[in-house]
Amino acid sequence: MRETPEQRNLVLILARAFAAQLATAVFLLDPEGTVIYYNEAAEKLTRRPFIEGAGQTIDEWMMRTRPRDAEGVELPIQELPLGTTMLKQEPAHGIVIFRTADGVDRRVETASFPLFAHTEDFVGSFSIMWPIEEDRR
Amino acid sequence: MKGRIWGSRGSIASPGQDTERYGGNTSCIELRPPGCDVVILDAGTGIRELGVRLVREGAERMFLLLTHLHVDHLEGLGMFEPIWRKQTELHIWGPASPVASLEQRIATYFSPPLFPVHLSEVPATIEYHDASESEWRIDGARFSSNAIIHPGPTVGYRIESKGRVLAYLTDHEPALGADLETDSSDWISGFALAHRADVLIHDCQFTPQEYENRLGWGHSTTEHVARFAEKAEVDRLLLFHHDPMHSDDQLDDMRGDVVARWGVDGDRCTVAAEGAELVV
Repeated sequence: MRETPEQRNLVLILARAFAAQLATAVFLLDPEGTVIYYNEAAEKLTRRPFIEGAGQTIDEWMMRTRPRDAEGVELPIQELPLGTTMLKQEPAHGIVIFRTADGVDRRVETASFPLFAHTEDFVGSFSIMWPIEEDRR
Repeated sequence: MKGRIWGSRGSIASPGQDTERYGGNTSCIELRPPGCDVVILDAGTGIRELGVRLVREGAERMFLLLTHLHVDHLEGLGMFEPIWRKQTELHIWGPASPVASLEQRIATYFSPPLFPVHLSEVPATIEYHDASESEWRIDGARFSSNAIIHPGPTVGYRIESKGRVLAYLTDHEPALGADLETDSSDWISGFALAHRADVLIHDCQFTPQEYENRLGWGHSTTEHVARFAEKAEVDRLLLFHHDPMHSDDQLDDMRGDVVARWGVDGDRCTVAAEGAELVV
């Protein structure tokens, strides 16, 4: 039998195509928590081009950005909206401060939701980040 | 594998002088993997004539693979003679939906007011199977399916037997989700199904000019299919799901455009013609 190459799920393909057209920062993760895509608005927000951030796990992302709540307390993965979506396959929302690649702490409002295919398989997480205060534009 | 094309038209049956050579029946392909009972790809109007022949042959067990449930892929089922015979065992595969079973969704069409008889009144034994993202075997042939870009739940199929591969991706708009030239192949809808297929049967409904006003309708252009075939490294390409407004002569021109864009010998690209034998 011939081997067939790896194929992204159609929902992820369409989610990426959708995100690529948005001016809002979007992150797309696979079910294991690997960052498989973020768009140009997310590159602007994080100050990091996708070519550098592609393939990092959510653990690596947390080590790099040290996410905190509004009071500055470091957040474990399960308390991050994106972590909730990944671990519980549920939508989540919140305000998070994280450190971007230029060393600046930035506050974002974020909403994440799970992506289920027609077969009801969990195929990934879609996370929107909206900068608060001076970065909002 | 051998087979026959019983319908290659898209959207609506289109008999007439302008469609005599390539035919007016909607999607239906007969496939005979060695050692396997007959496999039927889609149940467009072409399936009526196939049904007559299967009854004449005395075929009792058959497998119908539906890519999706748009009418042009389903409308022939009610006139498929084998389902009106008690001894027929029909297995139907189709895309899963989050809201209703495959049987329920087929019954939406196969019931009044759209059809005079209810699906539940059909005497044949019918078994329904979800085909999204799955792989299965029948009598030594290997089947796989993936969801592909088209409005509503839709799948493409890859059928492998004795080392030969047929990929069937009718009603497919991969260009909607990716740049077919620059994106990596894992981000291209349908790529794994088509990869290095001996024969790829693919949607080629529009010219690039027509596509400008039909973006998102779920179909491909000559340019898209040429790029897709090249990227997937297929051996032969059958252009399928012809637009009902396209004449035979226009389809010849579209084939010429695909060959030029793909940059291969002309014998690797054919317009799928009703009644043509299929050899994989």
